[in-house]
Amino acid sequence: MTLNTPDTNTHSGLLGLGVYRPARIVRNDELVERIDSSDEWIRERSGIIERRFAGADEDVASMGTIAARNALADAGIDAVDIDTVIVATFTHKYQTPSASAEIAANIGAVNASAFDVGAACAGFCYAISVADALVRSGDARNVLVVGSEKLSDVVNFDDRGTAFIFADGAGAVVVGPTPEQGISPTVWGADGSSREVIIMSPDTVTAGREGVPSLLTMEGQRVFRWAVGSMGDVCKEILDKSGLQAGELAAFVPHQANIRITDALVKKLDLEDSVVIARDIQHAGNTSSASIPLALHALRESGQVTKGQPFLMVGFGAGLAFAGQVALVP
Amino acid sequence: MSQDILAGLAQIVNEVAGIPAESVQMDKSFVDDLDVDSLSMVEVVMACEDKFGVTIPDTEVKNLNTVADAVNYIAAHK
Repeated sequence: MTLNTPDTNTHSGLLGLGVYRPARIVRNDELVERIDSSDEWIRERSGIIERRFAGADEDVASMGTIAARNALADAGIDAVDIDTVIVATFTHKYQTPSASAEIAANIGAVNASAFDVGAACAGFCYAISVADALVRSGDARNVLVVGSEKLSDVVNFDDRGTAFIFADGAGAVVVGPTPEQGISPTVWGADGSSREVIIMSPDTVTAGREGVPSLLTMEGQRVFRWAVGSMGDVCKEILDKSGLQAGELAAFVPHQANIRITDALVKKLDLEDSVVIARDIQHAGNTSSASIPLALHALRESGQVTKGQPFLMVGFGAGLAFAGQVALVP
Repeated sequence: MSQDILAGLAQIVNEVAGIPAESVQMDKSFVDDLDVDSLSMVEVVMACEDKFGVTIPDTEVKNLNTVADAVNYIAAHK
């Protein structure tokens, strides 16, 4: 017995990009007192000069909604023509229903299926992989991928290791059919045996029962070692699968985890000077699943990359999950 | 052998943290004397693994306070 396959088979690519950066800028000086630190210390260890925190009336869905609308406008696509909405996040207020269902309703994507992806800082690239596969298979024509995080809700502001790192924001892209392939094969994986390295503690069920907040904890040195030790090879594999040489890249847009990780990866990859390195973390902090579209948007806004140029993105974090692709700038 | 390890380690510390190789002496503390911060220390450890063919687990890194600690660990596990 043979069942039908989806009708169409096409190439896919990024059609539009949009972001939302919360209004409130938080400089290092605002955070240093509780962690007995200094602006200089934070800059040296992370590259972060300032970050943005969302307002009390904002959340993952509201920020993601604005980024999504901006991405649709950039792509010139109506919300009713979106077949699937995927949101990468781990700071949505509800375990259920999903942020994607809320965002789809907010933007009027009435014909869309909707689900969230839980892969933390790797989530955006996971979602890109899924969206690319959906479009190429014909199961969806246009897919909206959103990365949105309100990490200020889950940060322990008394923890010297993490208080200054995380921030809020949202980014979105539309993935749809293109004449030539605009997204490379994905390299991805996860090592759950090290899941305690970045973890919410206590778990949300215990937190709810005991009336204590479930906050993000991270063993910075272990994460740094994993990221620097493994992501260089992952990036080389991504390039290899894409068919491009390192010199053909216009930009390297890694998850904005810590500028020291970015710098170490750049050194490992031996990238040429012509490759633009995303360092949005300096002004945006680490926004987990939102950091790659935010950083890409910053490069495009400043004219450092233009439509059609290839860039390498790689996300990595809790799980320990990672994923990455080369794609063409929308 | 310790002298060779010290020389190799000094070169790594110089490459990772920009500290003059001649400052990397056995009695020096990475953090307090050489100003190698926690993330640079991880880079030093990873470079030592490559250079000397040893494995330095995460749990061991925090015990490597001085240059001598690192040299002795490498010598014992090479």
